[in-house]
Amino acid sequence: MVEQKKIGNIVPHLILWVGIVIVAFPVYLAFVGSTHERSLIANGQMPIWPGSLFFENYYRTIFVGTSGTTREPVGTMIVNSFIMAMVIACGKIAISIISAYAIVYFRFRLRMTAFWVIFITLMLPVEVRIYPTYKVAADLNLLDSYAGLTLPLIASATATLLFRQFFMTVPDELVEASRIDGAGPFRFFKDTLLPLSRTNMAALFVILFIYGWNQYLWPLLITTRDDMQTIIIGIKKMIVTSDALTEWQLVMCTVMLAMLPPVFVVIAMQRLFVRGLIETEK
Amino acid sequence: MAGVKLEDVRKVYAGNVEAVKGVSFEVPDGHFCVLVGPSGCGKSTLLRMIAGLETTTSGVITIGGDVVNHVEPSERDIAMVFQNYALYPHMNVYNNLAYGLRNRRTPKPEIDARVREAARILEIEPLLARKPRELSGGQRQRVAMGRAIVRKPKVFLFDEPLSNLDAKLRVSMRVEIKKLQRSLATTSIYVTHDQLEAMTLADMLVVMNAGRVEQIGLPLEVYERPATAFVAAFIGAPPMNLMTVKAKDAVALIDGAAIGIPEDGAIVGIRPEDLSLSKDGSTPAGGITLGLTVNAVERVGPETFVYGSVERGDDVIVRVPGQDAPGAGERVVAVARRDKLHRFSMDGSRRLAD
Repeated sequence: MVEQKKIGNIVPHLILWVGIVIVAFPVYLAFVGSTHERSLIANGQMPIWPGSLFFENYYRTIFVGTSGTTREPVGTMIVNSFIMAMVIACGKIAISIISAYAIVYFRFRLRMTAFWVIFITLMLPVEVRIYPTYKVAADLNLLDSYAGLTLPLIASATATLLFRQFFMTVPDELVEASRIDGAGPFRFFKDTLLPLSRTNMAALFVILFIYGWNQYLWPLLITTRDDMQTIIIGIKKMIVTSDALTEWQLVMCTVMLAMLPPVFVVIAMQRLFVRGLIETEK
Repeated sequence: MAGVKLEDVRKVYAGNVEAVKGVSFEVPDGHFCVLVGPSGCGKSTLLRMIAGLETTTSGVITIGGDVVNHVEPSERDIAMVFQNYALYPHMNVYNNLAYGLRNRRTPKPEIDARVREAARILEIEPLLARKPRELSGGQRQRVAMGRAIVRKPKVFLFDEPLSNLDAKLRVSMRVEIKKLQRSLATTSIYVTHDQLEAMTLADMLVVMNAGRVEQIGLPLEVYERPATAFVAAFIGAPPMNLMTVKAKDAVALIDGAAIGIPEDGAIVGIRPEDLSLSKDGSTPAGGITLGLTVNAVERVGPETFVYGSVERGDDVIVRVPGQDAPGAGERVVAVARRDKLHRFSMDGSRRLAD
């Protein structure tokens, strides 16, 4: 029995290890690239072991920036990206949980209309409505601002639907018990619904943070000033250049840095994230 | 402490569905009133209207002399125990009990004293720090009751509180609810579809059917003198045997003239426990006789139920003490005292005078 089990475990483990190597190797190469000097990569010699310029390259990336292309240190970009991802994630959760609460628990005129209007926006992501959204943002003087970076991305049908589905599984008796216990709509929301949604919110936060962090098209349009660039745009700008040599070692540093915050968020929220996706606290 | 009074209370849902069709009764202060009836008879709706969770279409609901039709549930000074307990899953037992008091801005020391007292009464003190999901069904039930008693309300409302428990626990909780209500002497209204719960708990039994009250009375009174054929069939297990009898058929079936069947017929009822099997086929003096063919026999230990049918086809159940019973297919004679017969009008809506 024991023997059989061991053999049975080897195959899945083997598959997992192969998968890990496939996924991790390019990341490792990027890390290696970020620790060598420019000429090595530019010559097409890709070393397999890390070099000695780890501190120097990362220092330059974060605090100085590339010499000819983006003109901004990556530190600023990280801050921009972080603000953008945080505001989008928190804003989306805040707006969608409130609208889901209204749709599920209140009987008002045009309730179903409101629901369907929100639902239809699922079919209209930023990429589809990019011109009108840009026009509105421009008219409101939101270009090159954090508000412009985040607001158009915040209203979210997916998150609203997710909370709506979750609220509909909360037993009606809980609402009634709250009413008898003297909790009004606000107290019910704060004391019962929010704590119950905790895991859902965490799961959503992880997904939305990464969504916000990875935004490319919208920040590209809405920002023109260098000090408003996000890190994802920064990477692109470092590479596309005709009058200067691409500093590949710094690009690789930036790539590594761009990867870290989402990884941290996933690790930090992992337990809540998994619980939010698989179980409901009821 | 206060009584509850309903006057011609109605509930009409959207689409003109009438769930409660004019109900009036009064529960005196400190009494334990049980609303019993089959599913969909409007008993839960009625309870929820008393709680204020449903609006009242028309009629007047009074709690302790105050009309509460348009008063919020939290202002009615009632507490409700729900069928699925409705405990707040993210709060521990202590906070579940304390929540209602906190919302009322009760001073902290008093909240603490009341929660601990309720926990002591219900013997859930060791559980105060636990979350509901860490409790068994019976313990959750106790917490739900605790949440009601910490509030010291005028009225307790119970909505089928025992139906999620297993049979054994149900019996012991039933006894405890009764004891608790006795000692607190709080007016209580209890909804159930289980006639056994209804019989054992009630000081006042309200039998409902299709949105109407069929009968109100003491449990034994209702059992002994059911006011309608519906009540006769609903209260008691196994149910009362009911047979529609025309005056001209009566003689053949039972001694019709003597039991006074009106010309257009009547529904004649007799409880299984009032029937006995006659060994030698003779009728006792002043008794009635039913000739039965046995279809099935159920032995449950202390008693045996004999399922038979009379010649014209009506099914009749006879309850026999012990385990000694005829086999299926045998012909037997069931006899009963004449004064144990119940007679109802042909539509079953009223009891005929004895």
